[in-house]
This record gives sequence, structure tokens and C-alpha cells, in this order.
Amino acid sequence: MTLLSQIFTLIAQSQSVHLLDGPTGVLLGVVIGCLLIATAAGQILKRQPDSSVNPAIVQAFIHRVRAWWLMTAILAVTFLIPTPIATVILFGLISFWAMREFITLTPTRLGDHRTLFWVFFVLTPAQYVLVGLGSAHYELFSILIPVYGFLFVSARIAIAGDYKRFLERVAKIQVGLYICVYALSYAPALLYLEQWKNTDYTTSAGLLFFFILIAQLSDLLQFVCGKLIGRNVIAPSINASRTWEGFFAGTGVTAIIGAALSLTGATPFNSWQSALMSIVIAVMGAAGTMTMSAIKRDRGVRDYGTLVEGHAGVLDRIDAICFAAPVFYHITRYYFTTLAG
Amino acid sequence: MDLNLTAPFLAALAKVFAGPSVRWVDCQPDTCQRVYFANHTSHLDPIVIWASLPPDVRKVTRPIAAKDYWSRGWFRRHLARSLNAMLIDRDKIKVHQSPVDLMIREIGDQYSLIVFPEGTRGHSDSGQIREFKSGIYYLNKKRPDLELVPVYMDNMNRILPRGEYLPVPMLSRVVFGPPIWLEQGETKNDFLARARQSVLRLRDV
Repeated sequence: MTLLSQIFTLIAQSQSVHLLDGPTGVLLGVVIGCLLIATAAGQILKRQPDSSVNPAIVQAFIHRVRAWWLMTAILAVTFLIPTPIATVILFGLISFWAMREFITLTPTRLGDHRTLFWVFFVLTPAQYVLVGLGSAHYELFSILIPVYGFLFVSARIAIAGDYKRFLERVAKIQVGLYICVYALSYAPALLYLEQWKNTDYTTSAGLLFFFILIAQLSDLLQFVCGKLIGRNVIAPSINASRTWEGFFAGTGVTAIIGAALSLTGATPFNSWQSALMSIVIAVMGAAGTMTMSAIKRDRGVRDYGTLVEGHAGVLDRIDAICFAAPVFYHITRYYFTTLAG
Repeated sequence: MDLNLTAPFLAALAKVFAGPSVRWVDCQPDTCQRVYFANHTSHLDPIVIWASLPPDVRKVTRPIAAKDYWSRGWFRRHLARSLNAMLIDRDKIKVHQSPVDLMIREIGDQYSLIVFPEGTRGHSDSGQIREFKSGIYYLNKKRPDLELVPVYMDNMNRILPRGEYLPVPMLSRVVFGPPIWLEQGETKNDFLARARQSVLRLRDV
């Protein structure tokens, strides 16, 4: 690991990059190592002629690992660019795409058309512009959508003159805007946190990487633990694969891994803080997955990508991140920086 | 030759705005002469169908569009020209001045067509398909060699509804179905009903 860290430090120094520093490099190295193992495991399972493992599960696993490679690669590339703007733009595009999947599967009426235009082309870009302006604009970007956006959406739909299922339509657009745009925008906002109480800590790129890693891991571990020891399904009609046992065991394992990852120095947390933050991410992630499952069941679809290609869409991959990001950001900012005053 | 520059750009733009997922059901893209006939709910329909075709097919495919809408203003005229669209004057359609003859003259032995037999855009909110006008019947009667390919478009009415001028970028679906032909001795009404059914059937595949 020290070799990896040295290599990444060298890369970072050679391009005078401040985002991808040593500790983040170590974390990235750990992730790439794990992904290599996961890829190898997937291939070995696939080659097994009469495997006891269900081939469909192996295929799903291989797809998942491929998605993680993609996520890691994209994040690594945006970290190499010596400004957080690239990451902000990336998340802005993901928000845009997720919002479009959400609205596509949510019935709206003709009267909502112009409101939706505002949502896509004014509110979404404005939110990310404010995030990109830095943590000094926290007061504005943290209320833009919940205050101005929400009031505007309801008034704009009222002006359009169609009162049928009014509350329902307002709520749909507000929920979509909140989850796909507002909540997700807190992930790139992590890059702008500064004035750490722990003065040894200087960077924030590792924080974002840690956050996404733990969110993905907890999602996987809760699923795997549920398959192994799960008995009591939380809500069978919402999501048949989520069990209480899987939730608690998965969260516990995530906390242990989170504590271990604090040794890389990529976050401002010590090991017990890191464990607690991992639990927060795991709990919020599970809440996000359940909520998005409920919306999907209501619309009668299995994945948000159904209209796209018949497999999972962007929204299926980011549901855990969306719910965990605002809470993780707030707790980090409140307890670990002097920004909160 | 602004056609070469604008056309790929337009295709890309249509894909960004309408995000069509394209499916070919019992039918393959081909440059042979075809008539794609589709349900009509939005002014974007011709552009999106055209953009959903592979580039080599796109090159020999001409959408039919309403002259009153597509010749208004510089921008729409330019778009129509870039798509190599055939503009039909809806007000002047009469029995003796049928646009079918014009279409047959214009496509020669090279071009395919994109037509909307409902004649006008259907009711946006209900998502229903109107009765078909008789154009495709006469088209196939005079040119029996043309393959009639049904196309079903989903969600377009939400991307650019009737009376709106700004599109909202949602996702849509374009399904191409198996070609049909006018059968021996088939009456006009039977054929038009069958053609309409062939589009409706694609809704649920």
C-alpha cells in the first residue's frame, strides 16, 4: 500500500493537483485492489461449469462490478482535474439524467409542462452553480430548492390553471427535484468543505470518495447479509430482498470497514467517528433504497431505466447516495469544521 | 451544403432532448424504399423518428411535415431543409389534388418516407390514436413495392405538447414493427384499420 500511496503522491505532485493527494490515493488504491479481486471472482464464478451459484446472480454481480469500475474511473478522472468544477458538472449531469428518469415515469399533466421546463433548465443548473461557487454560498444553495424552488413550483402549476390532482402533481415534481437534484448536489459540495477542526486534514476529495464508497458498500453488504442470514423482510410489498437482519448486519460490517478506512487518512475522522459516520451513511442509504423502491412499486416498474433499455437506470444506482449525501454533509460540516460557527 | 453539418447535429440534439430508446421488433433497418407510418402527438415526432434511424437509412429517408408549421420562420424552414423534409400543405388537400402523387414523384426510386396518417396530432393527454386518413392506402396502391413499416412513439406528447414551444427533456420510446402491405382485394377501410392496429400493437411489446 505504501508503494501505491507513493505512486499516487508522485502523480499528484507532478501535476500540482490538490484534489488527488496521498491519502485519497491510498483509498483509491484500496478500491482498485478490491475491484480487481471482485472482477476476478466474477470471472471465476462464470467459468465454473456446474456451479452451485445461480448464473443470473453471477451476471448481476458482474454488471454491478462493471458499474463500480465506471464510477471509480469517472471519480478518479475528475479528481485528476485540478479543480472541483469538473466533479460538480459531472454530478449536475447525473442529476439532470436522474430527474428525467423520474419525471418520465411520473405522470404529469399538460399544465405542468412549463413548470418542468423551469425545473430542468433553471432550478437544476442554478443549484449546481451555487454549489460550484463554494461553501461560502452554503446559506443560499441549502435553501434554494426547499424555499424558492418549492414555492415557485406550486405557484407556477397553479398559474397554469389546471386544478386536477393539484397537490399530487406539485408533490411529485417537488419530490423529484428534492431527491434527484437538491439531495444529490450535496455530494460534490463535500469538495468545498474547509476550515477543518482537525488541522492535519487539508483535502476534501477523499471525503467524497469515502462517502460514495461507504454508500455503495453498505448497499451491497445489506443485500448480501440479507441473502445469507435474512429472515424478516422489512416490507415485502415494497422490496422483497431487504431484511432486518441484512440491514443490521450489513450496517455493522460497513461500520467496521469504515473504521478501518479511517487509517488511510482520507477523511477528517478518527476510527470511531468514521464508524459512526459509516452507520449514518448506511442507515440513510437503506432509507433511500426503500423510498425509491416504494415509488417504483407505485409506478409498477422494476427499475427506473425500464423505459431506457430494460435494465437499471441512473436513479437505481444513486438512490442510496441521494438520501445519505445531505445528512453526511451536514454532520461533517457541523461537527468537523468551524464553518458552522 | 449546410445539410451535412446540421443533420448529424440535429440527430444528436433530438437524442438529447427526447432520449428515445429504439427497438426494432420483427423488422431490421434497411435502405430499401419504405414508408414509416407513426402515431402523431408532437411536432418533434418526425425529427425523433428520423434521428432513430441508422445514419445510412437516415440519408434516404424524408419526413412529411405540415407546411403551415414548418415553413413559418427562418429556423423551422432551415430545420425542414436539413431534414430534407417534404412539406405538405394541409389546407389544400383535396380529392383531385392529392399529396400522394407529389410524394410518389418526390421519392422516385430512392427515398423512403415518414408519414403520420392521423393527419394531425392526436389528443395529447389520452394517448389515443385517431382513425387513419386514406393517404397510405393510395400510396401503397400506386406503389405496391413500398414496405409499410408501422412505428409507435411513446411519451412524445409530454416532451413537446400541443401549443408549447419549449421542449422538456424526458425519455421516449420508438418501436419499429414488422412491415405490412396492401393485400389482394382488401378494401380501403379494412386496410386502414389494419394499419392502425399494427401501430397500436407496438404499444405493448
